[in-house]
Amino acid sequence: MPTDTQPAPLVTLEAVTKRYAAITALDNVDLTIRAGEAIGLAGENGSGKSTLIKVLVGVEHESGGRIMFDGEPQSRLTPTAATAAGVQVIFQDFSLFPNLTVAENITMTAERATGTVLVRNARARARATEVLNRVGVKLDLDARVERLPVAHKQLVAICRALAADARLIIMDEPTTALTEREVARLLDLIRTLKADGVAVLFVSHKLGEVLEVCETVVVLRNGAKVAEGPATDFDSASLTRAMTGRNVASEPPAPLDPTAPTLLKVEGLVRDGAFEDVSLSLRAGEVLGVAGILGSGRTALAKALFGLARPDRGRVSLDGQDIPLGDPIAAAAAGIGYVPEDRLTEGLFLEQSIAHNIAIGRFDAHAKNGVINLGNLWGEAADWLKRLSVKTPDATAAVRSLSGGNQQRVVLARWMARQPRVLILNGPTVGVDVGSKAEIHGIMADLAASGLGVIVISDDLPELLATCHSILVMKGGRITEVVPGGAGVTEADLSHKLAS
Amino acid sequence: MKSFDWKRNEVLVFAVIVAFCVVAAFSDPNFLSIPTLTDLMRNSIVLGIFAVGAMVVLVSGGIDVSFTAVAAFAMYATTVMLRDLAPDMPWPLAFAIATSIGAALGSINGFLIAICGLPTLIVTLGTLSVFRGFLLTFIGTLQISNLPPGMRDFSRWMMIRGTNSDGSFYSLPWAFMALVIIAAATWVILNRTMLGRAIYAIGGAPESARRIGINVRRTQFFIYVFVGALAGLAGIIHASMARISNPFDLVGLELSVIAAVVLGGARLTGGVGTLTGTFLGVALIVLVRNSLIVIGIPSTWQSVTIGVLILLGTGLPAWQAKRAEARAA
Repeated sequence: MPTDTQPAPLVTLEAVTKRYAAITALDNVDLTIRAGEAIGLAGENGSGKSTLIKVLVGVEHESGGRIMFDGEPQSRLTPTAATAAGVQVIFQDFSLFPNLTVAENITMTAERATGTVLVRNARARARATEVLNRVGVKLDLDARVERLPVAHKQLVAICRALAADARLIIMDEPTTALTEREVARLLDLIRTLKADGVAVLFVSHKLGEVLEVCETVVVLRNGAKVAEGPATDFDSASLTRAMTGRNVASEPPAPLDPTAPTLLKVEGLVRDGAFEDVSLSLRAGEVLGVAGILGSGRTALAKALFGLARPDRGRVSLDGQDIPLGDPIAAAAAGIGYVPEDRLTEGLFLEQSIAHNIAIGRFDAHAKNGVINLGNLWGEAADWLKRLSVKTPDATAAVRSLSGGNQQRVVLARWMARQPRVLILNGPTVGVDVGSKAEIHGIMADLAASGLGVIVISDDLPELLATCHSILVMKGGRITEVVPGGAGVTEADLSHKLAS
Repeated sequence: MKSFDWKRNEVLVFAVIVAFCVVAAFSDPNFLSIPTLTDLMRNSIVLGIFAVGAMVVLVSGGIDVSFTAVAAFAMYATTVMLRDLAPDMPWPLAFAIATSIGAALGSINGFLIAICGLPTLIVTLGTLSVFRGFLLTFIGTLQISNLPPGMRDFSRWMMIRGTNSDGSFYSLPWAFMALVIIAAATWVILNRTMLGRAIYAIGGAPESARRIGINVRRTQFFIYVFVGALAGLAGIIHASMARISNPFDLVGLELSVIAAVVLGGARLTGGVGTLTGTFLGVALIVLVRNSLIVIGIPSTWQSVTIGVLILLGTGLPAWQAKRAEARAA
């Protein structure tokens, strides 16, 4: 109950429940958000985070319980009413208009709210400038949003919320597409917003960020609130336990056999403008990490090793055999596999079945005289699904229907079916929840143990430290340092080495 | 201040038009003259009105191929109605009737697309056939060359009239004003009203538009009614200027119109398109249709030329974008 001295909280949820037919997506959730407060909402995929957001902005209606804004109960909340109350969502895809300018994107919501029929350009531009200044960034008002880098798109989305007088900004997985440095800038911005009295509901998989910027942490599991408390009471381990309901141990990589043969050898590899003079060697059973900020050349290097980008000079050899540069088909034939950063656009055929996605690189192996032996193909797909414990009722379902973690397993299964010698994983657990992440790390360790060489490129420093035998630090296109993985180095050390 | 983007399609199309005119001027010294200009303008009227409508649909992320059938239907139905029921009706009223018939047919597209949520190409391919079939089956197949007096009056109403030094006549009908007014009105709607910005928003990202509370269905419905009305008006203007109302006319023109709009920089994926580009595209297509012969290319090469222009005009920017992407990777 609000007292005279304390204003009513911005948003209060009382025993909010949401059922879809037989499924309970939200189960008696209580939540209070006050002005200037940052709350971290953590939970695995399917834990009810998205449903909670939808109920809060009036896209879905609660089946039971009460939602109050400023202490006023809201019956059948609509998106318009939520916007009027100052609740704004920054969607994971930012929900911007790529074809419109920065100024138009920032002011579209606010201008519509005024009910104006005519476009008021001068007023809109002034508003956009004001909000950009408040956030402290300089962007060209007339630039089309499609030409902006991801981090700037996110800023535009935040500015749009502020231009619409947001009092609560809900950020859905805001850091997935950002680099370490951009994340730091975003967290700074959130602190500024808090100081201005704007509340933030920070929805994220990434535990470190949740703990760093939020006062309070709320954990959902299977639609129910399973933990709530000051962020200082949590650490990564306890938060993971709350989210998954079990202990997810992160085991250090198994020690490397010193007699293991060298698999992949890279000498003096150069791609002008991307990376310089990269040399490395990878032994059977080794997990090698590549860390670097955006623009450090890490992605270009990964693509070059698999032939997706053509290096200008240098040699790549596997088992002493030279691999032609810039030819992904030759690289795959030689036994290199590549799991791309963005599995949705580069890795998977979303509308096609799981089995087809696994078999896509191996139709030749299943074909006899140009006719595909479907029985073989399905059998192999089913086998891999089982071995990688993909949770799916059947292999005919479209890959789109799987969760991020399971999609990633399908990409892995496709490569494993080809029995590669070296697997290059670019961002193996981007957009994957904590439980699946640990399992994917387990798969990586098993692969290495079976004699594969694994290269991991990732933004996620704890992931690199937990899974790699050694980590190459890339800066400005060069490998500047080799750091041992495991417990030898802390995340802060590594982060410092990348940024300095 | 906005910086000028030299890589825009408009610039490319403008350059091609200028080049065409320079070559034509060398092969025929009479090419650069007022009659050529008035011919170009007169031939751009119907194509131009169609193109404005097609552009608005493309910007909204859809595509409409039925507008020529709408135009033929509205044109012929109005002529028949005037001939049989009210031969003395003044032209403004006749034009209003044709425009309303167009809008009504457009609302059928609007219903199927906006309310039923069907894909725009499939709907308009279907209605193209249905409207045309309905017209030929129930209204008539005979061309009417003896137009009602109201429409004849309109066709004689000239804005500019003159005689060349060689004694030939040239003229520009007031019908051109219709194109100017439609262009101005559409410019205001697209760039100066929230409705217009909503059309761009829907074309750019429909889901985002829905999330910020834009009524996507209502906006789409408006677009197809608007395009239908424009088509109806273009149809009656076409019949008046040609002094004949032929139910087999117009249909078949839709791909040339869409080609003109795409040449002018509108994206088939939606969200992008300007009136300037659209009119430059129309001007280029009309030039090729009318004056290819002047630069010594036989007119049978028309469609080849138009096809090559489309491939270059839309392929070149796409290729540049792809190269820029490859360089960034």
